Amino acid sequence: MKTGVYLCQCGGNISNTIDLPKIAKHVKEKKGDILIQENSHMCSGAGQKLIIDDIKNHGLEKVVVAACSPHFHEKTFRAALQKAGLNPYVLEISNFREHCSWAHKNEPEIATEKAKDIIDASIAKVELDFPLEEKKMQMGDEVLVIGGGIAGIQTSLDLADAGKKVTLVEKEPTLGGKMAILTKTFPTEDCAACIISPKMAAVQDHPNITLYTNSEIESIAGHRLHFEAKIKKNPRFILDTIDMDQCLICTKCVQECPIEQPNYWEQGIMNRKAIYIPAPHAIPYKYLIDKENCLHFKDGSCSICADVCPQKVIDFEQKAEFIDVAVDNVVVATGYDIYDATEKTVFGYGKYKNVVSALEMERIVDHISEKEPPREVGKRVAFVQCVGSRDKQIGREYCSRVCCMFSVKLASLLKQAKPETDIYIFYTDLRAFGKGYEEYYKRSQEMGIKFVRGKPSHFTEDPDTKQVIVTVEDTLSRDIIQSEFDLVVLANGMGLSAASEPIADQLKLAKSDDGFFKEAHPKYRPVDTLVEGIFLAGTAQGPKDIPDTVTQASAAAGRVLATLAQKEFSLDPVLAFVHQDICDGCKQCLNECPKKAISINADGKAEINEALCLGCGSCLASCPIEAIDLNYFTNDQMYAQIEASLSNKKEGEKRILIFADENTVYRLADACGVRKMKYSTDSRIFRIPSGSRMTSNLIKFALSKGADAVMIGDSPEKSSRFAWANNVTKENIKQVQSALNDLQIEPERLIFKEYSAGELARFTNDVDAIAEFLGTIAPIPNETRDKLFTAVRGE
Amino acid sequence: MAKLIKLDDKGVEFLDKIMELSGETITLCDQCGTCSGGCPFIAEMDVNPSQIMRQVMIGQKNIMESKTMWICASCFTCTVRCPRELDVSKVAEALRQVKLREAIDFIDIEKISEEEARILPSIAIVGAFRKFTG
Repeated sequence: MKTGVYLCQCGGNISNTIDLPKIAKHVKEKKGDILIQENSHMCSGAGQKLIIDDIKNHGLEKVVVAACSPHFHEKTFRAALQKAGLNPYVLEISNFREHCSWAHKNEPEIATEKAKDIIDASIAKVELDFPLEEKKMQMGDEVLVIGGGIAGIQTSLDLADAGKKVTLVEKEPTLGGKMAILTKTFPTEDCAACIISPKMAAVQDHPNITLYTNSEIESIAGHRLHFEAKIKKNPRFILDTIDMDQCLICTKCVQECPIEQPNYWEQGIMNRKAIYIPAPHAIPYKYLIDKENCLHFKDGSCSICADVCPQKVIDFEQKAEFIDVAVDNVVVATGYDIYDATEKTVFGYGKYKNVVSALEMERIVDHISEKEPPREVGKRVAFVQCVGSRDKQIGREYCSRVCCMFSVKLASLLKQAKPETDIYIFYTDLRAFGKGYEEYYKRSQEMGIKFVRGKPSHFTEDPDTKQVIVTVEDTLSRDIIQSEFDLVVLANGMGLSAASEPIADQLKLAKSDDGFFKEAHPKYRPVDTLVEGIFLAGTAQGPKDIPDTVTQASAAAGRVLATLAQKEFSLDPVLAFVHQDICDGCKQCLNECPKKAISINADGKAEINEALCLGCGSCLASCPIEAIDLNYFTNDQMYAQIEASLSNKKEGEKRILIFADENTVYRLADACGVRKMKYSTDSRIFRIPSGSRMTSNLIKFALSKGADAVMIGDSPEKSSRFAWANNVTKENIKQVQSALNDLQIEPERLIFKEYSAGELARFTNDVDAIAEFLGTIAPIPNETRDKLFTAVRGE
Repeated sequence: MAKLIKLDDKGVEFLDKIMELSGETITLCDQCGTCSGGCPFIAEMDVNPSQIMRQVMIGQKNIMESKTMWICASCFTCTVRCPRELDVSKVAEALRQVKLREAIDFIDIEKISEEEARILPSIAIVGAFRKFTG
């Protein structure tokens, strides 16, 4: 058998720290008949060609590439193997960059020693790698779009125009999202309703779109391009069984309804009745009854709307409907909520009458030119930027991007309507990044709007005039301004909408540090998620203005089309399988699989249904004789790589083996590397599908072969692809710990930790804490290690 | 020590007046500092030209006490370099006009001794009435 080992310098990222010639020498001495190449960039076309040519010319059967994390270029190299006629799964990636050269940048010698262990493990595993086949599944043309704001609307229309069947679900009673609340849009000042209304109508009329408004996703689950959702259509309490022509919109019900409530689409500056149509441009243009506030539902004292309705379409008995849909792809366009400024008590929002949010100001400005506007603005108006953005105090360190421009827009509209208003915009940095934005900002200055650099520290209210007294440093003159304003407008930042949370939980979507949904890659997969078949559109992925939102929404539609155009998709071959020659049909595994993928076949032996299996590895622990196994992470492969990685350990050295689930903790360790965060050089990190794959035998084996501590890392149950896995892991750990106790080995040497995607510092601190703990205790005596080995492997 | 200031209608009036006299939209100033950076007389000035623009914008009339506008030689370096095409020297001129129209004499003619009156050229005495450069 011939193996090729490729050492990537990564333009110095690796070779400046790790002594690659030394690694080559080490591998040569240890393995002899092996082909070793060093290259500046293995991922480049030239690097890939090197592998392809070697496979063809030297008859390589297995390949190891020591480079960056497999999450970056495993796909690239698998494709290269395939081009050369090799099966893509006889490849191993040694994570030299993220887990070694970057993490231990300042300790080149120790990093080189660690790299030896990493590559030895890869070589040991690759020798046992065998070809795996990807099964093909058929795809349809059904897409579910969650969220009916401008993002969801655009994605739906693009997909429907391309002939796909779209189900669009919106929780509010009208389409349009936040854009339906805006007065005008920057920098052109064209009316928001005029732009979005035709699109909303197009959605309603499109033969390929099924629209559910006033509806929620009750449940959604699925994986790998097949998802099933239950839609809950909340009752409007208006009959619409035959056709809506039944309701004549005669407004008699509205005239008679005694209840007044703040209208959300007017941001509370105007009221609506308990029976109402949300906005003048609502789609669908239908009444609904606000159950929370309607007297009929409160105490049954009123049913006047039903009494006066000439068509008798009001139905207080209407119940929620549930609709099941099965789709191939999902687009999450659940949007943003503005920051709730009541949290920042120094600004007195919600307490002072004349402090308003940006969206409230949209509605105030929209009505300002009316004869009797619902709200006047007064003589002097202040806009305050970065409220709920760029503020570590509230855990929002990011810039919300749009607030500078929407304050400029609101100020400009106000100045045009009321030129006598004295307007100040208090900002920290002014970001006019988009096309035509800088020019728009300049025009607002020309109008006489004054920009003062400085963030107000606090507001107080004049008890008599109710004016707001703003205290702020003009950081350009270094004067302290303390002045009364008739109105203060907060530029609320954006955060992921609260309605996104249940979707996030059910679809197991990861979030980035800013709390928005995380894209698969910030540069080249910006609308994909890490879950195959789920895409992101609009502000659910991060703060965006309307042009960027629409661009991303169309991009998401494009990605869906590209996916569905493949007609079929490949199943990841990392699935469980049963060694038919070993299995004795004891049936202990049957109940362990939450997906019911294990059954007993005609020979009385266990068998895996590959369409159901997700490849978590949880069933492995249930088999007392290691008959169940997992492709690409087989018992033999795991034993071999653990043993090889410990083979260079010298007297007095320590080893912490970290088994990290590939989706969260392995990537977390990658991210630590990217940020050059240091952690103990005793660590050796292994990739596994989930912590539950670590059977008690594997853990004991690791300790018997020289590991001083074993850490298993997995994502919390809530955000894991395998919700059941952590319980299995904990059970395995408990078993091993009791065995360790019996042998007088400290059970603290075995650690299980759950990490969310952003907890980098917690991870490095934990690893360092283990290293520190190992320094305080005596090493495991060799006889004890031998006993452990016997327990696993017999005499 | 930080100065406490107020934004009020008087300040807005002052800004409007300077904008009218100079013909320049002072609120357009982005505070980039190009004018101050290029000014050949900056070392002699007590307040930088960009700060003059700032103080006028936020209506701070006490900027009239600064020597800067009297030191400005109207060389137009600021004017030709301003990225917003503002004519800063015109703003200095507007400020000078405002001050001159207050018609405050710097010397009292009665207090000039006869001997001094005999020695000094009459142009020097007239010039000294409006001498603000120190």
